[in-house]
Amino acid sequence: MAALINVPAKAKRGDVIEIRTLTSHIMETGFRHTADGALVPRDIITSFTCRYNGTEVFRADLFPAIAANPYLSFFTVAKESGKFEFEWIGDNGYSSTASASITVE
Amino acid sequence: MPTTRRQFLSIAGGATVAGTIPIVTLRPLEATPAMLSTAIRNVVGEAQIRAGKIKLDIPPLVENGNTVPMTVSVASPMTANDYVKSIHIFNEKNPQPNIGNFHLNPASGRAQVSTRIRLADTQKVVAIARLSDDTFWQVAADIVVTLAACTEEMN
Repeated sequence: MAALINVPAKAKRGDVIEIRTLTSHIMETGFRHTADGALVPRDIITSFTCRYNGTEVFRADLFPAIAANPYLSFFTVAKESGKFEFEWIGDNGYSSTASASITVE
Repeated sequence: MPTTRRQFLSIAGGATVAGTIPIVTLRPLEATPAMLSTAIRNVVGEAQIRAGKIKLDIPPLVENGNTVPMTVSVASPMTANDYVKSIHIFNEKNPQPNIGNFHLNPASGRAQVSTRIRLADTQKVVAIARLSDDTFWQVAADIVVTLAACTEEMN
């Protein structure tokens, strides 16, 4: 699935940087009905994790009250050059990953 | 002494009245605010919740409850000894009281998270922060929603 990741390409050591992520997902709440009354089954992302060179720096538990195409923005300290890995896990075995690199001077 | 019919009826009547009391007292309670406080207690336990330190940025009036931008931040130095462990967002009137839990650590640098949420009705949103010393800080905001999310029919 398509994901948009915004991580600064370069940062100074010790800088607090903002990371923004957006992934495409319907986030079906499980509370909606079709016109003929059938309940639309829940299909949401339940968990998001961000790892920085293998160490977890941010984790979120998501619920149906998160809007479709979940957007998350959070912060971390730029410690060393390397890779951010992002993982979204959801209902019906949903799993999606993305990554971004950073150069720390 | 054998129980007379009159005594029996007065005892039975008293028991019936006593039996109905819990039903009567339960009736005025609304279901969802009770779910909100239960959801908060599930996170906080018996700990005291204080006001302050945490800030919730959310528009007071939204036209479309399907996507409401929200930023929550906590005044914290985010050092190894004094940092925000987690931020929990709750609502009052959606079908479910939880919105999201965000887990931070000293490497976060700044205790601030933004996302977009759904609101099914005009209601209160509550944010609670858990600090590294296991104290809890709360803030609430009232939001007026003109188009509700979550429960509308699917086309």
